[in-house]
Amino acid sequence: MNNTQIVDESPVTLFGPIAIPGKQEPVSKTAQTCTDPEVLREKPVLEIEHFDLWYGTTQALFDVTMPIPSGKVTALIGPSGCGKSTLIRSVNRLNDLIDGVRYAGDMRLNGDTIYSPRVDVIELRKRMGMVFQKSNPFPMSIYENVIYSLRIDGENRKNVLDETVERCLKSAALWDEAKDRLDESALELSGGQQQRLCIARAIAADPEVLLMDEPCSALDPIATAKVEELIFSLRGEYTVLIVTHNMQQAARVSDFTAFMYLGRLLEYGPTKTLFVNPSLKQTEDYMTGRFG
Amino acid sequence: MSVETGFLFSGPRVEMPPSEILPVADASAVRNSRKRKGPRSTQLAARGEPYVWLMGSGLAIATLMILGLLFLVFYNGISTFWPKRIVEFTLIDGAKILGEVIRSERYQVSPSELAGMSAESRIRITASGGWSRRYLVRTGNYDLYGDDFKWVVESQIAGRALPLNVWLIERMEWGRAVGRLQKLTRDNIPLTRNSDEFYRIFSEVHGVAIDSKKKIARLQDKIGALNYALENSRLAVRKASLKYGDESTQHKAVAEAAAREESRLTKDFERLQAEIASIRSEDGRFRAYVFDAAGTLIPERPSSPVTPMLVSQIVRAYPANTLTLLKRIQVYLSRWVEFLTTEPREANTEGGVLPAIFGTFMMTLIMSLVVAPFGIIAALYLREYARQGTLVSAVRIAVNNLAGVPSIVFGVFGLGFFCYVIGGRLDMLFFPEKLPAPTFGTGGILWASLTLALLTVPVVIVATEEALAAVPRSMREGSYACGASKWQTIWRIVLPRATPGIMTGIILAMARGAGEVAPLMLTGVVKLAPELPFDSHFPFFHLNRSFMHLGFHIFDVGFQSRNSEAGKPMVFTTTLLLIALVALLNIVAIRLRSRLIKRFKVAHF
Repeated sequence: MNNTQIVDESPVTLFGPIAIPGKQEPVSKTAQTCTDPEVLREKPVLEIEHFDLWYGTTQALFDVTMPIPSGKVTALIGPSGCGKSTLIRSVNRLNDLIDGVRYAGDMRLNGDTIYSPRVDVIELRKRMGMVFQKSNPFPMSIYENVIYSLRIDGENRKNVLDETVERCLKSAALWDEAKDRLDESALELSGGQQQRLCIARAIAADPEVLLMDEPCSALDPIATAKVEELIFSLRGEYTVLIVTHNMQQAARVSDFTAFMYLGRLLEYGPTKTLFVNPSLKQTEDYMTGRFG
Repeated sequence: MSVETGFLFSGPRVEMPPSEILPVADASAVRNSRKRKGPRSTQLAARGEPYVWLMGSGLAIATLMILGLLFLVFYNGISTFWPKRIVEFTLIDGAKILGEVIRSERYQVSPSELAGMSAESRIRITASGGWSRRYLVRTGNYDLYGDDFKWVVESQIAGRALPLNVWLIERMEWGRAVGRLQKLTRDNIPLTRNSDEFYRIFSEVHGVAIDSKKKIARLQDKIGALNYALENSRLAVRKASLKYGDESTQHKAVAEAAAREESRLTKDFERLQAEIASIRSEDGRFRAYVFDAAGTLIPERPSSPVTPMLVSQIVRAYPANTLTLLKRIQVYLSRWVEFLTTEPREANTEGGVLPAIFGTFMMTLIMSLVVAPFGIIAALYLREYARQGTLVSAVRIAVNNLAGVPSIVFGVFGLGFFCYVIGGRLDMLFFPEKLPAPTFGTGGILWASLTLALLTVPVVIVATEEALAAVPRSMREGSYACGASKWQTIWRIVLPRATPGIMTGIILAMARGAGEVAPLMLTGVVKLAPELPFDSHFPFFHLNRSFMHLGFHIFDVGFQSRNSEAGKPMVFTTTLLLIALVALLNIVAIRLRSRLIKRFKVAHF
């Protein structure tokens, strides 16, 4: 890994350069050593391996290696612009939509490579679900929103669709509120309901991994609590990778937590270990709110 | 207090004063600087009020101009059909003039005219600086006077009266007649002597005449159908001769069948003609004796030996000065009904505009049906698929510039490309039997619609591009993340979401297209279209036919007719109608759009 790079270039991210107090020091930890052995004991669903990513000439991710354990909730934390969102969007290759993105390294979903020219990206995305920072229900009915991924696969059997809607809305704790208004526009739901609807939509196609990019950042505390409860209940059934700014949230919902900084994965381990006994000074400083 | 500043990295730690880590705003400094100046008010320019006034007055001027124009059109258009009173002017020289006063104006009297006046009025006019007043009187009786209007100068007027027995008569030909109704006769026997009964008796007799007119129209429709069948059988013969040759057995068989058909049709035709003739002769028994102001009988037709006019010639007649308000409203409404539901008469200055309404409506509809998919498809490629670069920018600029090309140029293009090139080919391929008479190879409603679609496609493209760009990225990403392909995302998410914006573009295009005249004059609009583009003959829509258009009608009536002063009220009414039609189309589209917007309305955030 070329450590001088970070000294030459200012750490520019999607959101512009970030001001860091003090002089930058090269990070000496390697990807292997930053991961707690307890993570490596788990069976991984998703393996991120030596992944680098550039926006044009600016490198946003540096040699990220990170196995995501099956059936667990893994939280990605770190200050703004550290590459969490970039990383999670790289998993389902949403970054492909941005001009001038280049990458190196690979990821594997249950052993199948993600970054290869031969991969059918559309088929790949169908194996994952994603929930975004701002809820983005489609301009259609609640019912159609949930079964969107089935519809685009040409699924038109009424009983299958009905069954999926009920199952997903129940999983997303929205069934009781929405069962009588399935034909109403999804845009008429409240903010928290919309986000839960997006979660229902994301799990409709039985994803192998559920990606959540700060799912609660636009919600009020009550809606946040509901979504968190939901994420907590999804554990075991689904593998969740969640990006969050909220340390308490990470502590509450996740089994494992990864701390990212300036495009690097600095520390990755069981949430309890990371919060109670972080091995790095930066992690501790971030956790205690001294920067970030 | 000292803070560790190197906490980010495990390198050497440097002690720093706290202010360098976290710049603390010095609130007291701000407060002091405010205090120093003491109480003051914000400057006017900073508050922005003058700009508000400027913007407000800009809006006010624009609104005023639009409202003024609308009011002018509305007032003139609405008042055209109101039955006015008929004034009888008695001039100094004893002449009498009957007519509706259309307007009055002040004018500068010429010296020669002044010299011919009486001493008294000369003194009055000289005192007012050579100005006098004159009235434009619609006298009607074009067949007698050679004009529909007369200027009556104030100083020449000896008296004014509202005579009771004066009727205004709208005729099928020669425009209006104004005069005194003396008697109504059947076979030269007066039906009534008492002038009080005229209105009742006339209504009865006229009702019969209108019924027989309807009968004649029905018979003429049948004759039209016969002609159509005759034409078809002739075309079949020609087709057979083109296909098999003149000497072939097929051609002979078809020709024989056609001859049989023709003799049968001719018999029918003669029968219908006889029926019409008998109705006409029955109509000929009823006549109205109407005399103008000077006491001349208003004749059936100018060239004939003086015979009184036929009741069946009369479209509508009423005693203008004794009409009750209710009857006046009836006349007013019946004129509107005639205007909206009948074909034009008298070089378009009288009668209705139904073919023009229909033509405008149908053309706008066809244009929208063509322009919407083309514009949307083009914009989709430009915005969603094409790699944004110099070429796409150039295309975009070209599209925008297309909107600035004079519309007549589109007309020339439409005539050259659609009518002659494409239409000519179609004729050669599909309608060789009609050649050299063109079917599609001349102006027609299809080509006019296509030309207008070409003219308005930039509007749709620009609006659609904007609408597509306004679809939130988060929605597209959400769709992609669900495993949708680009096309599925566009079809299921982007397009529905962009529909209101696209609708706006189509509304603008429709408004532009419905009001456009110049290109139509070259590509299919005519002064008078005998047949609507839609009738009961298969295939019902005849897209090759030329048509009438309200916009062109305005131009034609206002500036091309023999008597543009008589057509002027019609111009306003037609304008009102065109505006109403465009407004109607727009309202429908806007309501459709608002329903869509409601569907996509975000309730929260």
